[in-house]
Amino acid sequence: MKFTFDNNIPIYIQVLEYMKIYLISGVFKCGEKLPSVREFSTTFKVNPNTMQKALAELESMNLIYTERTNGKYVTNDINLIDKLKDEYAITLAKSYFEGMKRIGLGKADSIKYLEGIND
Amino acid sequence: MKLLEVKNLCKIFDDKEILIDINFSIPNGKIIGLLGKNGAGKSTLIKLINDLLTPTKGEILINGNKIGVETKKVISYLPERTYLNKQMRVKDVINYFEDFYDNFDADKAKKLLKDLDLNIEQKLSKMSKGMLEKVQLVLVMSRNADLYVLDEPLGGVDPATRDYILDTILSNFNENASVIISTHLISDIEKILDEVIFIDKGKIILQSDADKLRNKEKSSIDEIFRRMFKC
Repeated sequence: MKFTFDNNIPIYIQVLEYMKIYLISGVFKCGEKLPSVREFSTTFKVNPNTMQKALAELESMNLIYTERTNGKYVTNDINLIDKLKDEYAITLAKSYFEGMKRIGLGKADSIKYLEGIND
Repeated sequence: MKLLEVKNLCKIFDDKEILIDINFSIPNGKIIGLLGKNGAGKSTLIKLINDLLTPTKGEILINGNKIGVETKKVISYLPERTYLNKQMRVKDVINYFEDFYDNFDADKAKKLLKDLDLNIEQKLSKMSKGMLEKVQLVLVMSRNADLYVLDEPLGGVDPATRDYILDTILSNFNENASVIISTHLISDIEKILDEVIFIDKGKIILQSDADKLRNKEKSSIDEIFRRMFKC
């Protein structure tokens, strides 16, 4: 995966978004041990302090936790991850409808378009 | 104790004030961007930190010690221009650095050079500008220093190589060390910076956490810089 960052937005917030997607999509599963700050910062190609800040933010949201001296782990509470997924899905859906509204299409029409897409 | 402390620093050349009452400090474990236009005083400040110039007034402390022989051991400096003898081969320069610096890790340098596809048998005079810059950066980052001072490390290289160089900087500084990067190529480098220092006409006009500044101004460091220094 190629990580791109928009310099207009704090970098740690963008790293945080990538991390949320990792958690939602199960790249890191409940209870799983996370790579070190160092490894993460090499992957994202960001400053370790920025990575640390993003992880601290995840921790304050209880999505990950630190086991003393042992590193960081994904929460064991699947409900938290599900809730995150739900919120994320709503955000994506809203932005789809907003985009459709800009070109003059209402909700019902927008849904028809969605149903017409085969993947 | 701060890693680097600059107090009331002034530098005057021929009645011209190049640096005026500079005060700042840098803790361990940070990457700092020293940003300013050409002629703002960046290189003068860097030369003072490296004891290549003497302050007119004020002082510079590294780990609490005044600049001198001891502080040179813990600062790894990438100058703006090369000082290496171009007749040397890369491996000769490695030997030279190994003799010269106690904290130079030759194995690390060789590994990094290999990663960057550089041949240690090659003569410096046969290398392109970008290749030379990579070699020099590798040499500088292969020292086990407390403070890395990089003066315009991206100057002569293409964007792909810039990414390489940023990666090399990121993956090779240890968490107790700090890096000062002076540049005017802000957009290429800003994502790896913890803090920025804006310098203009010999004065520090801003020092801030990079993400806090982005958040406050709702724009990139590059954009903020351009706005502030609009001609």
